[in-house]
Amino acid sequence: MVAYIVRRMLHACVVVLLVSILIFIIIRLLPGDPIIMLLNQSTGVSFTAEQIEDLRHQFGLDKPIPVQYKDWILDVLRGDFGISIINRYNIGAEIAKKLPVTLCLGLTSFVIGLIIGPILGVISAVRRGKAVDTLVTIAANIGITAPQFWVGILLIFLFGLKLGWLPIYGYTLPWEDFVMSVKQSVMPVVVLAMFPVASSARQMRSSMIEVMHEDYIRTAWAKGLKEKAVIIRHAVKNSLIPVVTLQGLLLRNIVGGSVIVETVFVIPGMGKFMIDSMLAHDYTVVQACAFIMILVVVISNLIVDLSYGWLDPRIRYD
Amino acid sequence: MDELLRVENLHTVFRTDRGVVHAVRDISYEINESEIIGLVGESGCGKSISQMSVLQLIPTPPGKIVSGKALFDGVDLLKLGKHSDELSGIRGEKISMIFQEPMTSLNPAMTIAKQMSEVLIVHLNTQKREARERCVDMLAQVGIPDPGNRIDDYPHQLSGGMRQRVMVGMAMLCNPKLIIADEATTALDATIQAQLLELMYEMVRRYKTALVLVTHNLGVVARYAQRINVMYAGRIVESGTVREIWNETAHPYTKGLLKCMPKLGTALTPIHGKPPSLIGESVLCPFRPRCEERIALCDELPVGAPTHLGGSHSTACIRVTEGKGL
Repeated sequence: MVAYIVRRMLHACVVVLLVSILIFIIIRLLPGDPIIMLLNQSTGVSFTAEQIEDLRHQFGLDKPIPVQYKDWILDVLRGDFGISIINRYNIGAEIAKKLPVTLCLGLTSFVIGLIIGPILGVISAVRRGKAVDTLVTIAANIGITAPQFWVGILLIFLFGLKLGWLPIYGYTLPWEDFVMSVKQSVMPVVVLAMFPVASSARQMRSSMIEVMHEDYIRTAWAKGLKEKAVIIRHAVKNSLIPVVTLQGLLLRNIVGGSVIVETVFVIPGMGKFMIDSMLAHDYTVVQACAFIMILVVVISNLIVDLSYGWLDPRIRYD
Repeated sequence: MDELLRVENLHTVFRTDRGVVHAVRDISYEINESEIIGLVGESGCGKSISQMSVLQLIPTPPGKIVSGKALFDGVDLLKLGKHSDELSGIRGEKISMIFQEPMTSLNPAMTIAKQMSEVLIVHLNTQKREARERCVDMLAQVGIPDPGNRIDDYPHQLSGGMRQRVMVGMAMLCNPKLIIADEATTALDATIQAQLLELMYEMVRRYKTALVLVTHNLGVVARYAQRINVMYAGRIVESGTVREIWNETAHPYTKGLLKCMPKLGTALTPIHGKPPSLIGESVLCPFRPRCEERIALCDELPVGAPTHLGGSHSTACIRVTEGKGL
């Protein structure tokens, strides 16, 4: 078990390094130049070619890409993400402010998906063919197919503008002002959780239906267990395995979705941070954001893999 | 001996895309206390379905128990709701079932301890600790070595034979009045099969439990059962004591079955043809197309209730009835 975790951690490190290299190269291949962007900000002032070269040198952008990467990754490993090329702030400090926002929204959405999705799936499977099942199935299909930005805009229009119930933008951390935080979270969380809830519900429904036909469920009935016990004790745990597999994918979806949701609801989180820095060609910020997001995804995948062992004792980690 | 379970006119169907499958057609039988009866027939003749119907364990839909009664302690089991407390109280406590597939009949995600003790906890309100002790004791009785440790194993850590021993032990936990062993040994190899049958026999003798041995192996029933019901195409075509069935075989199908029991040094005589489709209504004798003793009347008269031949012997064969009438 411990050996397995260590091996998986090493594996995760390799993945993080490879992806960070990829991002490092891709962002530099994109048309555009952070130095030019920076200079464009200061309108009215003209720079000499020498000054531009000087700036490039200051950020190390005149070095070959492999050397740039080496310098960057060594700093990152020391916990230093450097400073923003465009805005000159300390990226580490900025991430420390923005990451909690995205984590709060993302984790809330993830937990909601993880709890509500399977519950809906179980209800739907147990009442198969009944009105509840039809309702859940239709809702799940909508949840899977509806684009997040579109649902976000609809929600803003309805609950923010027409009804005026909820604030339409911004975010407050729960420990700063809880009520405001909840109010501001409702719509973004609905948008982020929509897909996880819907796909978990669908997956849970189909695996429950399958499991309910298994021989050991018949045994459970034959033992004289009540319906509740058969479903909760015997069927749910076995049905959860494919749903857990799905959670890794859903986490990635939430990380990606945060970019859209934070843009739609103007939330100062990692997603918005990343989008803004990309538009500004702020290499150092993009690299840092991508690095953090990859870490989140890799770690969550590891957690998913480890939870299999609890669900299915036949799985051995060796 | 007191009557324990009386099944009357049980009829179970399955609705499929190709039509209504009459898996069990109008069968009646009874089991007395601490009696062992055999239910014999080819695969797909409705043996298992008839037994699962009694406890309402068939999947509905597509299955449906169309008619019949199953009187147990004066209660009609088929009148009870499928998920009712009354029926749950009987399943596992008064009537236990052991299934054919030892590899899949235990929950892979639960330890043996949990799966066994929940029977005691549900029915007898036993405390967890005590339930565990009784389960360990039961595992020892069914011949599991080192039961105190093996009880914490998951099913995949046990062999097929061991798992079936666990199933037998689980079935015995509440000291039920009736155990239905639905081809409980079919999936195991011959030596294990013999051990397990001996074990079940010993256990039901010790606890004075009635046992239904569902099997396609006539040798097995001959050795252990007192009475035999022979099923063909969803009907009981002949029933009687082992002696009656062996010595005064009345139904041509039973004769055929006896002829295809393997004996050293003799060639087997298979029954030619194949079992009929169970789809749709049928009133004539289902064995008619394969029967070597068919007479003209077989194509005219519908098969009715089995005719009593004396003792506990009865058969559904028209020829016998008609022969008597002449």
